[in-house]
Amino acid sequence: MAKAKKLNWFMRWFYQMASFPHFYRWAGRYAPWLGAVALLLIGWGTWGGLVSSPPDYQMGDGVRIMFVHVPSAWLSMMAYTLMAVAAGIGLIWRIKLAYAVAASCAPIGAAFTFLTLASGSLWGKPMWGTWWEWDARMTSELLLLFLFLGYMGLRNSFTERDQADRVSGMLAVVGVVNVPIIHFSVEWWNTLHQPASVTRLDQPAIDPSMLVPLLVMTLGFTCFFAWALLTRTQGEILLRARQARWVDEL
Amino acid sequence: MKLWPTMVRQAGVEWRISLRRFGEVMNPLVFFLATVSLFPLGLSPEPDRMAGYATGVLWVATLLAFLFAQARQFRAEAYNGVLEQLALSPHPLALLVVAKLVVQWVILTLPLLILAPVAAYALNFPVQGLSTLLAALTLATPTMLALGSVGAALTVHAHQGGALLTVLVMPMLVPVLVFGARATDLASAGSAPGGALLWLAMLAVLSVSLGPFVIAAALRQSLA
Repeated sequence: MAKAKKLNWFMRWFYQMASFPHFYRWAGRYAPWLGAVALLLIGWGTWGGLVSSPPDYQMGDGVRIMFVHVPSAWLSMMAYTLMAVAAGIGLIWRIKLAYAVAASCAPIGAAFTFLTLASGSLWGKPMWGTWWEWDARMTSELLLLFLFLGYMGLRNSFTERDQADRVSGMLAVVGVVNVPIIHFSVEWWNTLHQPASVTRLDQPAIDPSMLVPLLVMTLGFTCFFAWALLTRTQGEILLRARQARWVDEL
Repeated sequence: MKLWPTMVRQAGVEWRISLRRFGEVMNPLVFFLATVSLFPLGLSPEPDRMAGYATGVLWVATLLAFLFAQARQFRAEAYNGVLEQLALSPHPLALLVVAKLVVQWVILTLPLLILAPVAAYALNFPVQGLSTLLAALTLATPTMLALGSVGAALTVHAHQGGALLTVLVMPMLVPVLVFGARATDLASAGSAPGGALLWLAMLAVLSVSLGPFVIAAALRQSLA
C-alpha cells in the first residue's frame, strides 16, 4: 500500500493556508489580537512621540510628524512587495487565496502611500518652506502611488474575478521588478537637478528618546497593517466563496 | 521546428497588415507633431525659451505617441480571434511576439527618427545635440515598445483600455524618460552623454531579451 508522503511542517502550513475556510478561521482568530497589539503600540508610540520625546534642536516640534511619516513610508513599500509576492505565489501555484491577499493589499498600501505623501508634504512646509519638492524620495513615493492606482484600476476593469486576479498579478510582478530601476533612475535624476535654494537639514544620528517611539510606532503600524490585511482578506474570501456551504454555515 | 523562418513569416504577415492599415499607422506620428506644436503655443515661441524646454517636450511627446499607438495594440487581433490562434499555434508565442514588435518598431520608430530632427529644429534645439537625440531615441524606443506592449497585453480585455494603459505604463517608463532626456540635454550642452546612453542601452537589452516572454505570458493570462 502506498504510504502518503509526510509533508514537513512548512509545506503543510503552506497548503493548509491555501484553503479558504482554514485561512478564514485562522485570520478570525489572530486578527483581533493584532488589532489590540496595534492599538497598544500606537498608543504608546503616540505618547512617546508627542509627549515624552524632546523637540528637535533644529526642527522643533515639527519633528513629531516623523512618527507618522516614517512608519507609513515603510509600510507603503512593504505593502507593494507583499502584494507582488502574493501575486507571484498566485501565478506560480495557482492559489486563489494568494490573489485574495494581493487584492486586499492594494488599497491599504495605496492609503499608506498617500499618508506618506500627505504627511511628508505637511512636514516639508515648515522645514523646507514648500509643500512639494521634487525630491528623489518624494518622487519615488508618488510613482509608487501611481503603481498602486494602476494595479487597482486594472483589477476594476475586469468583470470576471479570475481574469482580474491573473492579469493584475502579472502587473504586480512586472511592477516590483521595475521598482528598483525606477527608484535608481529617480535618484540619479535628482542628484543632477538638485535645486540649490532648498536648505537641507543635515541628519544627525537619532537620539534614543526619539528612536524608541519611532520603532514602537513602526511596529504598531505594521501590526495595524496586518490586522487590516487579515480583515480585508476575510472579506475577499467571503466575496469569492459566497456560494460555498461553509460560508452558509457561518 | 525552425524558429527563424517562423519569425520571418510572421513578420511578413505583420508587415502586410500594417501597410493595409496605413492611416492607423500614421496616426501616432501626427499625434507626435501635434503634441510638439502645442508647446510653443502654450509656453512661448521665443527661441531662447524654446531651446530650454525642447528636450523635455521631444521626449514627452515621443512617450505619449508610443502610449497613443499602443493603446489598442492587440485589440483587433483579440476581437477577431487571431490572438487565440497565435496562442494555440505550435510555435512559441514569445517568438511571434518578437516578430510583431520588430515590425512595429520599424513602422513606428523610423518615421519618428525622421520627424524628430524636424520637430527639434522647429523648437530651436541645438544642432550639436541632434545625433545624440537620434541615438538616444533609437536606444529608448525598444524599451518603450516592450513596456507598452506588456501594458497593452494586460489590458486587451479590460474595459477602459487607453487611459488605463497610460496609468499602468507611465511609472515604468520614468527611467527611459530620465536617461533619454538627460543624454540629450548633456549632448546639446556640449558634454559627453556616454553614461546616460549606456543606461538606455542596458534597459533596451533587458526589455528586448525579457520583454517578449513577459508579453507572451501576459497575453496568455488575458486569454485564458
